[in-house]
Amino acid sequence: MSQQKETYKLDDIDRKVISATQAGLPLTLHPYHDVAEQIGLKVEEVIARLQNMTDQGIIRRTGVVPNHYKLGFKSNGMSVWNVPDDKIKALGKKVGSLEFVSHCYQRPRFLPEWPYNLFAMVHGTSHEEVNEKVKKISELLAADDEGHQILFSSRILKKTGLRI
Amino acid sequence: MINISEDVNTVAQDKTYEHDRLYNTELTQQLLNEYQHNFPVTSTPYAEIAERLGVDEQTVLDLLKVLDNASILSRVGPVFRPNRVGVSTLAAMAVPEYKLEKIAEIISAYPAVNHNYEREHHFNLWFVVTAENQMLLDEVLQDMQTQTDIRIMSLPMEKDYHIDLGFPLKLVEGGHNHDK
Repeated sequence: MSQQKETYKLDDIDRKVISATQAGLPLTLHPYHDVAEQIGLKVEEVIARLQNMTDQGIIRRTGVVPNHYKLGFKSNGMSVWNVPDDKIKALGKKVGSLEFVSHCYQRPRFLPEWPYNLFAMVHGTSHEEVNEKVKKISELLAADDEGHQILFSSRILKKTGLRI
Repeated sequence: MINISEDVNTVAQDKTYEHDRLYNTELTQQLLNEYQHNFPVTSTPYAEIAERLGVDEQTVLDLLKVLDNASILSRVGPVFRPNRVGVSTLAAMAVPEYKLEKIAEIISAYPAVNHNYEREHHFNLWFVVTAENQMLLDEVLQDMQTQTDIRIMSLPMEKDYHIDLGFPLKLVEGGHNHDK
């Protein structure tokens, strides 16, 4: 999870492969062949690079990525939490393992306006459902919840794959 | 977790002949349940999936195209871990309401921005900025502040606590088709 190998350095070929695949593979019968052709590599090389980046933890999964909004998860609430720094590791793991949390990150506070150091993305079919799930997180954190907020998204203004 | 099969049906079946012919509820559920991770990284991924699901590879691919056209599919491919390919940060701005459209447009126009959301909060514009290295990232953030005359709150990820196994979609076995 948070144990990441920081040693592997991407080279130019890795970056080429990333650029050609980050927005998705072409929807063709032999997508890796088509990617290989596009960037002038052998298909074996493309596959080996992708597998290596997966082993290195740079790629966390390869799969069919659905559009959650269209799947009925119409409400996306970014819940932000102020938790004690000396306990954040254990608390982060607890929150990050909840099945309704899709992302859970520790981030720096930005004082005085922003006291929150733990972010948990919660999706639901409605604001009410997100509120209920956030309440569960609050109960889980108990006294370590030193304040939280939910920021609902009102509009997606831009969303693309990762860029480098 | 919810049963999404109805939503999938509603969105995907836009009543064209192609969709009617190619859409398959059960196969959609299998694909979304079983291939949000472990999509084969081999020379014939669709043949492998097809064999496992007992259909032919063109059927699988055609279905993904239907889902793609209906925007049910975001993409098929690798999901990269943030901050391993270059650096990134989550940035937020408190934008006066009357300026929001214009500022949002300026921010979205940066190629370094891959997500940009309006959120209901004093900090109402939230976006992810990526760059090849920290120096370039700082330059982009500085440039954004100059262009918009609004201060950026930059909150880079310090630790990832989530185990990403894809999104939990509970799809009903067999599902139900809309009385086709």
